[in-house]
Amino acid sequence: PTSDDTPEVLNRALSNLSSRWKNWWVRGILTLAMITFFFIIIYLGPMVLMTIVMCVQIKCFHEIITIGYNVYHSYDLPWFRTLSWYFLLCVNYFFYGETVTDYFFTLVQREEPLRILSKYHRFISFALYLTGFCMFVLSLVKKHYRLQFYMFGWTHVTLLIVVTQSHLIIHNLFEGMIWFIVPISCVICNDIMAYMFGFFFGRTPLIKLSPKKTWEGFIGGFFATVLFGLLLSYVMSGYRCFTCPVEFNNDTNSFTVDCEPSELFQLQEYNIPLVLQSVVGWKTVRMYPFQIHSIALSTFASLIGPFGGFFASGFKRAFKIKDFANTIPGHGGIMDRFDCQYLMATFVNVYIASFIRGPNPSKLIQQFLTLRPDQQLHIFNTLKAHLVDKGIL
Amino acid sequence: EVDLEERLGELDLRSDSDVPDVPPATDSTPEILKRALSGLSARWKNWWIRGILTLAMISGFFLIIYLGSFMLMLLVLSIQVKCYHEIITIGYRVYHSYDLPWFRSLSWYFLLCVNYFFYGETVADYFATFVQRREQLQFLIRYHRFISFALYLTGFCMFVLSLVKKHYRLQFYMFAWTHVTLLITVTQSHLVIQNLFEGMIWFLVPISSVICNDITAYIFGFFFGRTPLIKLSPKKTWEGFIGGFFSTVVFGFIFSYFLAQHQYFVCPVEYNSETNRFVTECEPSELFQMKKYSVPPLLQAVLGWETVNMYPFQMHSIALSTFASLIGPFGGFFASGFKRAFKIKDFADTIPGHGGIMDRFDCQYLMATFVHVYITSFIRGPNPSKLLKQLLILQPEQQLSVYKTLKSHLVEKGILQPSLKG
Repeated sequence: PTSDDTPEVLNRALSNLSSRWKNWWVRGILTLAMITFFFIIIYLGPMVLMTIVMCVQIKCFHEIITIGYNVYHSYDLPWFRTLSWYFLLCVNYFFYGETVTDYFFTLVQREEPLRILSKYHRFISFALYLTGFCMFVLSLVKKHYRLQFYMFGWTHVTLLIVVTQSHLIIHNLFEGMIWFIVPISCVICNDIMAYMFGFFFGRTPLIKLSPKKTWEGFIGGFFATVLFGLLLSYVMSGYRCFTCPVEFNNDTNSFTVDCEPSELFQLQEYNIPLVLQSVVGWKTVRMYPFQIHSIALSTFASLIGPFGGFFASGFKRAFKIKDFANTIPGHGGIMDRFDCQYLMATFVNVYIASFIRGPNPSKLIQQFLTLRPDQQLHIFNTLKAHLVDKGIL
Repeated sequence: EVDLEERLGELDLRSDSDVPDVPPATDSTPEILKRALSGLSARWKNWWIRGILTLAMISGFFLIIYLGSFMLMLLVLSIQVKCYHEIITIGYRVYHSYDLPWFRSLSWYFLLCVNYFFYGETVADYFATFVQRREQLQFLIRYHRFISFALYLTGFCMFVLSLVKKHYRLQFYMFAWTHVTLLITVTQSHLVIQNLFEGMIWFLVPISSVICNDITAYIFGFFFGRTPLIKLSPKKTWEGFIGGFFSTVVFGFIFSYFLAQHQYFVCPVEYNSETNRFVTECEPSELFQMKKYSVPPLLQAVLGWETVNMYPFQMHSIALSTFASLIGPFGGFFASGFKRAFKIKDFADTIPGHGGIMDRFDCQYLMATFVHVYITSFIRGPNPSKLLKQLLILQPEQQLSVYKTLKSHLVEKGILQPSLKG
């Protein structure tokens, strides 16, 4: 049975209420606290956001690994704790190296040690990983082979889920803070709206895995989230600090978000389809193209995002745990809050790569510089011919 | 039905002794061999079977090399599918989960998805001209990641919907087992294919070095073996390990010398859209052109030469052989540990005398990744045509700024003469 983590303050303030209302109030207060915290870190900027993403990632990793230890009673294999953290470090080093090389290209070129680390980055990461792999093989102990392989498998699957997704979130962030804020907010909104619709109108159960979810909550949450996404995108698209890609300014050595807003974030006139004209009463409407994309994001958050939650529910039932951990009173662990976010992060990243963003120019320049001179000349001439052809040059 | 959950719970917590014993391996030796060797004792018979099958596999390997790159790729794909099947079957046996019908379908579906994703990423680059001509393929290529992700998500949602009350833990185990297996077998087989496209020599020399290390370590161990190497594999000895290391380096050195002379092995594999075949024809790069090296004074006394004519590639082959001999065996130890953990003697019975396909390929996996990382770090630059393709997709303003940066760089390096216009 979980220990009661609620701070003393709250306990005293709510001591008069019955246990059900008390639980509701605790959850409510913590929800507001988390949302407020979210706004504060958005205000503080990209650097703080990245640090928070990193911390959440480490905490989620720690929670899932701890569950593995509890399931397999393997806490006493001392090598294993060290190896798990070592692998976490290796994979993070690899991903951060790739990200840093792409986005901080000029900074990296200036500093000699960074340049070498960046040039041979994959080789170094692989060597580090191999060291961990060999240590694992050398640490195999006769009576515990199966346990050790289980923990090895558990560690790798956890890394795959937790670390890759957190780096996808950071990539989304670099594309523009709006691509970070809108998806996360949609998932949170869907959570809250589905709960409210279910609370007031819920009748038909949705899935055996989560008996508290209902079809009314699911559908109500879907429509509410799409609407919320449209409104939030409208408000955010007006501000450059949200819509511009995050860039690293070499002179000031800090992150800047300053640019000419792309087409996505410029108001356009859209014709309302005849069907809706009678309902809404307008003939045309001025919208940002990004709002159309937000419909896709909200739809995914409401319809497919919950599968991440069902997956986590199934996982908890499979391993007979109530919550991932006790970090947040009334809510459980960090993983409990972030289980739906993971699928969302990957979706947003794939969506951006497929429909929005072209290749990264600085990365292309970087690749160009490693080619042979004759190849460089060939590409340069082809590009020149293309630009002349298009009349740009 | 026995409460599977409870049984599984106990299964996890006790030591290894509870894993069900695998039934003794069926003897899949062909009848011909059995009759030919019926006169010998069991120990020699086993040695002969292993020997004959080894020669058969090596001959098969040479035959496929002769048949060309396309056949090699098919071979790699078949091996990947077979390895995947072997490991998944072990999972079924360990967890008695063969009866969960969804799971077989889902495992094969995930294999298909991941292969689709990887083939789309690699193949699209190499078959650029072929793809440009066909409209449907263009659509698939442009939205490739999205389509792959959608396919994967479908499988993920099917998994969630297939969760059955009494079998949650079993299903999660099989899900994880499937994913780890995919990570190991599928990614590595695609790295092997990418190495192949770089030039068949990058495919042949690493694989041959691993095989050579296997055989020479066994031979050295047979004749000189005395000190055990590692508790996991009691038959391995330090003498075999070190003897195998030196022989493999020498073998790699000599083998590279012969292969580096032929364009067929040295040139990157390209797809010729006119003849619709793979061609390996090119101007051999610097790596494959003879150079004079001065022999260090230490070795001069031993060898008696002052300079030697070598291909630069042979230096790289030393790195590859060293990895194959020193780190490659860890892949083998990992597989041995895995077999002991799950109380199986071999991964399967496919090859008489040798076990399953995985048994032969366990050391190759680390090698494939190493070669790929080695090539990308030290040898190859990015693919020029891919780079050009990406440049042409950029926005006009981006193209202009890239053009200016490139121009200033080329002028600085003296590759381009500064001109008055443009």
